[in-house]
Amino acid sequence: MVWIRFILIQNRAGKTRLAKWYMQFDDDEKQKLIEEVHAVVTVRDAKHTNFVEFRNFKIIYRRYAGLYFCICVDVNDNNLAYLEAIHNFVEVLNEYFHNVCELDLVFNFYKVYTVVDEMFLAGEIRETSQTKVLKQLLMLQSLE
Amino acid sequence: MPAVSKGDGMRGLAVFISDIRNCKSKEAEIKRINKELANIRSKFKGDKALDGYSKKKYVCKLLFIFLLGHDIDFGHMEAVNLLSSNKYTEKQIGYLFISVLVNSNSELIRLINNAIKNDLASRNPTFMCLALHCIANVGSREMGEAFAADIPRILVAGDSMDSVKQSAALCLLRLYKASPDLVPMGEWTARVVHLLNDQHMGVVTAAVSLITCLCKKNPDDFKTCVSLAVSRLSRIVSSASTDLQDYTYYFVPAPWLSVKLLRLLQCYPPPEDAAVKGRLVECLETVLNKAQEPPKSKKVQHSNAKNAILFETISLIIHYDSEPNLLVRACNQLGQFLQHRETNLRYLALESMCTLASSEFSHEAVKTHIDTVINALKTERDVSVRQRAADLLYAMCDRSNAKQIVSEMLRYLETADYAIREEIVLKVAILAEKYAVDYSWYVDTILNLIRIAGDYVSEEVWYRVLQIVTNRDDVQGYAAKTVFEALQAPACHENMVKVGGYILGEFGNLIAGDPRSSPPVQFSLLHSKFHLCSVATRALLLSTYIKFINLFPETKATIQGVLRAGSQLRNADVELQQRAVEYLTLSSVASTDVLATVLEEMPPFPERESSILAKLKRKKGPGAGSALDDGRRDPSSSDINGGMEPTPSTVSTPSPSADLLGLRAAPPPAAPPAPAGAGNLLVDVFSDGPAAPASLGPTAEEAFLSELEPPAPESPMALLADPAPAADPGPEDVGTPIPEADELLNKFVCKNNGVLFENQLLQIGVKSEFRQNLGRMYLFYGNKTSVQFQSFSPSVVHPGDLQTQLAVQTKRVAAQVDGGAQVQQVLNIECLRDFVTPPLLSVRFRYGGAPQSLTLKLPVTINKFFQPTEMAAQDFFQRWKQLSLPQQEAQKIFKANHPMDAEVTKAKLLGFGSALLDNVDPNPENFVGAGIIQTKALQVGCLLRLEPNAQAQMYRLTLRTSKEPVSRHLCELLAQQF
Repeated sequence: MVWIRFILIQNRAGKTRLAKWYMQFDDDEKQKLIEEVHAVVTVRDAKHTNFVEFRNFKIIYRRYAGLYFCICVDVNDNNLAYLEAIHNFVEVLNEYFHNVCELDLVFNFYKVYTVVDEMFLAGEIRETSQTKVLKQLLMLQSLE
Repeated sequence: MPAVSKGDGMRGLAVFISDIRNCKSKEAEIKRINKELANIRSKFKGDKALDGYSKKKYVCKLLFIFLLGHDIDFGHMEAVNLLSSNKYTEKQIGYLFISVLVNSNSELIRLINNAIKNDLASRNPTFMCLALHCIANVGSREMGEAFAADIPRILVAGDSMDSVKQSAALCLLRLYKASPDLVPMGEWTARVVHLLNDQHMGVVTAAVSLITCLCKKNPDDFKTCVSLAVSRLSRIVSSASTDLQDYTYYFVPAPWLSVKLLRLLQCYPPPEDAAVKGRLVECLETVLNKAQEPPKSKKVQHSNAKNAILFETISLIIHYDSEPNLLVRACNQLGQFLQHRETNLRYLALESMCTLASSEFSHEAVKTHIDTVINALKTERDVSVRQRAADLLYAMCDRSNAKQIVSEMLRYLETADYAIREEIVLKVAILAEKYAVDYSWYVDTILNLIRIAGDYVSEEVWYRVLQIVTNRDDVQGYAAKTVFEALQAPACHENMVKVGGYILGEFGNLIAGDPRSSPPVQFSLLHSKFHLCSVATRALLLSTYIKFINLFPETKATIQGVLRAGSQLRNADVELQQRAVEYLTLSSVASTDVLATVLEEMPPFPERESSILAKLKRKKGPGAGSALDDGRRDPSSSDINGGMEPTPSTVSTPSPSADLLGLRAAPPPAAPPAPAGAGNLLVDVFSDGPAAPASLGPTAEEAFLSELEPPAPESPMALLADPAPAADPGPEDVGTPIPEADELLNKFVCKNNGVLFENQLLQIGVKSEFRQNLGRMYLFYGNKTSVQFQSFSPSVVHPGDLQTQLAVQTKRVAAQVDGGAQVQQVLNIECLRDFVTPPLLSVRFRYGGAPQSLTLKLPVTINKFFQPTEMAAQDFFQRWKQLSLPQQEAQKIFKANHPMDAEVTKAKLLGFGSALLDNVDPNPENFVGAGIIQTKALQVGCLLRLEPNAQAQMYRLTLRTSKEPVSRHLCELLAQQF
């Protein structure tokens, strides 16, 4: 069965800015995965593909400034669809935080989870329309 | 439209985060955190009731601390309290804390579930979504038990908001994945399928995921989704780039939804309804056409989104594997990508072409790109791209390009990344074996592999080369010569020493005539490597040495000297010591005859699926193997290239010792022991059956010899399961045998091994052995497609009263046969009394959802239970006269259907099972045979005489047995063979 196993946002130094798990892992295992993903992703350059085999899965990743956005999926899943799902997510963050930067994700970490849940749920893509997601986020923002 | 300004929200939290960021050291950070934890703890414990805002702020700080990697052991209760707040922001933090720090504290779970229950019932869509997201994020069994029944209701309720439906669909999906038993299908399933028609594209996006997951286990319940998915897809694909507004991404209409719909369709075979199918094919063509149109934007997002749909479309085309036109178009499109400047596209094109290569419709089209792919292997910077190129070369390899591909892969191996060397080695070894036209090329290739990448050549690879050389006498001399030359290299890999040691020990005599490779030279060459080798290799070499003593008596003194040396006889390693002692004693006490018997040349190995292939599949993990494995086994190549059936030459050779299993010709009591490992197959299964001749029991020599034999990684014995009684469906279940069934059966009257049946989907191979009234048969079912067979069930049926004559026990086989894979079924057969009708083999399975069934005649005929009987001329004639009643004789005069060759005829009669008696018939052209048919109830003596008439191209065949039907039946069976 195909679904996202986890989503990670890390900076070049390996600090995690978001970790969203769609599969049961214990805490040690999560830490190991975070380190391994960092190791495989940061050694690659722009001439490399945005895909890298990872254990029995693959990581689809894209780098934005100093941040790596990584999605772990099954090997036979659609690489480009997830690559653009990352970009779609980043555009939403950019709009929501008004020129998003790494610090926004640090200080508003609890809001980033809300953005993720609007766009990805249970390891599946939930909503892809930027307009719809932003409208919903604005509505939530107006609530107390 | 900026929604959040920086620093908005909880000020205390922002200050705390800043403090942490300003910490110069880990110690300072821990100190700051401990201070904060103490502060929060005192607030939570304090007398003053905290307001919602403070509670939210502190819980959020705790969460932040946890996310930094510190343990949190309090605050759960406060987080749970937040769940019942009426304020969204407080509720949200509560749910977030619960989702991230799942706690199995049962007291809390009850409270959490209670809060979720309230929110689900609140009719406030925001709160409902929060609750649903929490269930989806936690996905525990407890939550499943509490809510699995409610969520389908929310999902299909007419008054649920769109966003709630989206969340409910995916929440249900998560619960189903975690505990499918908690989500019973019901009347809601039909309504879920209709969500594919929903106005709101987000609802459709979520629903497709749910349906894709559910339909895999319940395909029939959801099959109406196919036509709905096709029409939805068709509407998207044919819409203009701006029609879908919110769901258009860089001028591509609903790319993710399209991909999901295309994936859903891959759960089903092509639509049966012609209109639906037509509409779908139109969609697929439109996608392919659009790929050729100029891009609507130069942005990579545009091309990525467009190509995401294109690649998924190609996957569906490959999944259907039924539209040659689309397959070739897909291949051409991918061909363009092979040279694209985007690395991503080159990578994906290589990957996708790999699966296209296994379709018979597009295999040739893929092959035209060979030069580009070889170039990619040499020039790509990203190792993963090179690896895909190697995968593709492997997949596109066939007889026509094998030499080129193997040599390119060998060249690549010299510089390949360490991470992928072993895999390349396995692939080269498989291709070299599969497409060997002459085996000297195969031997050269494997030795090259050892030379270039010896460390990466696993046991499977070098065992295999030994098996192949042992089984093929045409290559043995060449192999001996080549390894001898390879061993001359001053530094050669230990694997080379192993292969060399084994081959020279078996076949060194073939090159001993040349003074440059005389026995002493061979020995000293091997022995010069001995001291640098590992224990395992030295053990193997010791075995080679004792074989040398047998092959070349002139080396005996030298080798005994080596064995006798203290370094061997008192070796600290017990294995080496034992071998040295035993071999030395054997060489001293055994006569030349005994030595020759013990150290007889290894018998051919039973042909079986290459263990290398299994290893490659394991390496690639489940699922990936079938795509790599060339599912389309080339029938014309199977004879020379191993596969499952033995070569025709082995099957029909007249010499009994050439029989793969060494059982058909029961040796006279004085004959040498049957080859190790083969003789006792039957004995141990039918332990209560008739006692086997002593020569077949395990003897000291046998144990001795079996050590010399390279271990067979997958012995057929290992597959024995509990015997399942033969399925015996009523007559209404028995299909009529296929028209060719009799013809196929006739092919097996005089032989025991070969391909029983083959069509586009399936190959059935047979290997069998019989002794007295018992037999064992191995049936090999090979899935020739790239798609898994489901509900695979072969069964044996006894028509008429055969049941009282023949007992067949079958072992059950796995109900799934993966694409390109082979399963083996073992049948134990006992002949109770004489019989005429063979049992039927009925094979049923589902291929791509369509039921397939096939009925064949199982190649078990009465002559299989023949025991040959030698007798002198006068005995023969005496018995012949005794059987002179008219009904005891059956005679046939018939025209020859094949060229009349005495050797072939002899081979067939021996294969039939009787002994051939020389000097009995006064006419030397005639053949006379005798044997006893062994059944449990009785024995039937049989005499036969075959008189060829070369001028007339006719035969006269006469059978005399003590039972009338047996005479007649044997006569009919045998008459069809000439």
